[in-house]
Amino acid sequence: MESSILLAAEGLSRYYGEYCAVENLNIQLQKGEVLGLLGPNGAGKSTTMQMLTGNLAPTTGSIQINGLDLLEEPRRAKRHIGYLPEQPPVYRDLMVNEYLDYCAKLHGLRGTARTQAINLACERCSLNEVKNRLIANLSKGYKQRVGIAQAILHNPAVVILDEPTVGLDPLQIREIRKLIRELGQEHSVILSTHILPEVQAVCDRVQILNRGRTVFNDSLAGGESLEKIFFELVYQEDPALADTAPERLT
Amino acid sequence: MKMIWTIATTEFRRMFNSPLAWSILAVVQFILAWVFLLGLNEYVTQIQPAMAGRENVPGLSDLVVSALYLWAGVIMLAVMPILTMRLFAEERMNQTLSLLTTAPISISQIVVGKYLGLLLLIITMIGMLSLMPASLSLGTDLDWGKLAAAILGLFLLLASFAAAGLFLSSLTRQPIIAAVSTFGLLLFLLVLYISGNSQGSGSQLFIYLSHFGHFLSFLEGLFDSSDLVYYLLFIISFLLLTIRKLDNERLQR
Repeated sequence: MESSILLAAEGLSRYYGEYCAVENLNIQLQKGEVLGLLGPNGAGKSTTMQMLTGNLAPTTGSIQINGLDLLEEPRRAKRHIGYLPEQPPVYRDLMVNEYLDYCAKLHGLRGTARTQAINLACERCSLNEVKNRLIANLSKGYKQRVGIAQAILHNPAVVILDEPTVGLDPLQIREIRKLIRELGQEHSVILSTHILPEVQAVCDRVQILNRGRTVFNDSLAGGESLEKIFFELVYQEDPALADTAPERLT
Repeated sequence: MKMIWTIATTEFRRMFNSPLAWSILAVVQFILAWVFLLGLNEYVTQIQPAMAGRENVPGLSDLVVSALYLWAGVIMLAVMPILTMRLFAEERMNQTLSLLTTAPISISQIVVGKYLGLLLLIITMIGMLSLMPASLSLGTDLDWGKLAAAILGLFLLLASFAAAGLFLSSLTRQPIIAAVSTFGLLLFLLVLYISGNSQGSGSQLFIYLSHFGHFLSFLEGLFDSSDLVYYLLFIISFLLLTIRKLDNERLQR
């Protein structure tokens, strides 16, 4: 079992000066698991994702990606991460295939492996018909899909998606959810979102953050209404209750 | 090294995907062609007849060629900030920097890659510009050594502009602020040279600190290794500062 843990973060904390954005957070991700990261605005979701992808150093704590320490060997560990930030990091002045080619090169893919990876990613994100178009001219939904293609291009062990379905039409949302489920078979996925039904549709496990702390961390097998849990945990003002919440619910 | 080259060539290509590089190359070439023609005309119609028959007079390479490279340096003082502002400030504004910072490459590879991409554009520009004096060799004997010194001097000057601009671009997320501050810094270094030469309060130190003083000796055809060292130190320190700045961003805000 030990080897099937693809991502393990322990005791993560992050301070911006005096302000504490994330406090003592533990995240574990098994192979083939889709984890939903939930929380109100400002709960520390994006900060957590930036730390897990090596864009932000945690104040304390350790992160292991596929057995490699992200802080000790960032370059080796980063090979196993695919990340889609809130804003897809796409260059507007490149064409879709030029852009993906560049991303593949940055991840050290060469020759036929590169071509295959690009074709597979385009296939999975249904980008084939826009391959030769300039990214600047694509709609928001297509830019988002280019962003997802970039994240899964190098076949990473852990895929981290920050609100991947924002700006997509209902049909695309369904496709992307299907894609996330598919990715969950062989990779591990962390998904941050505000859409509760989406979490119920695709995630195996949910971790709810509030004010930088985990207030809920469990699988959704119980059949409880996620909405009820979420509101109960997040909108109660009493901090004492929030502290006891995890024990009460797990 | 391969990664650095990948970043450099992509940066270089991206500059040509937008009208930016094309228009800058065209405008600079047009203005410098005008300067060149003016200088050449003056030399042929006025200076050459006046100098005829005398010994040890300044030749074409001294008068026309150095003036052309001096002008190129002055014009690029205003143009370089526009090229450097995109490097990091624009990426930050478009939030595309995380593509590079998430990829399995180090910050130094990113910084050096982007810098090399810009150097490729500078080399292209100097190459185009140097075709003009080189065309003179069809009709006259050119002082090739002097031309080579001028080319090397201009390259080092522009490379130092680019390094300073790269650093200032990494400090901000507003491209305009990056451009204005780079222009300010480069202009300040020029003013430093002027004040170093001013009557009464002139100081050798100011001249030494300013990168223009070192450029001028190259234009005279003088290759002094201390000038070379000055530029290399200037470039390396700004590159290191940029790497540190981006590293710090990851550590704390």
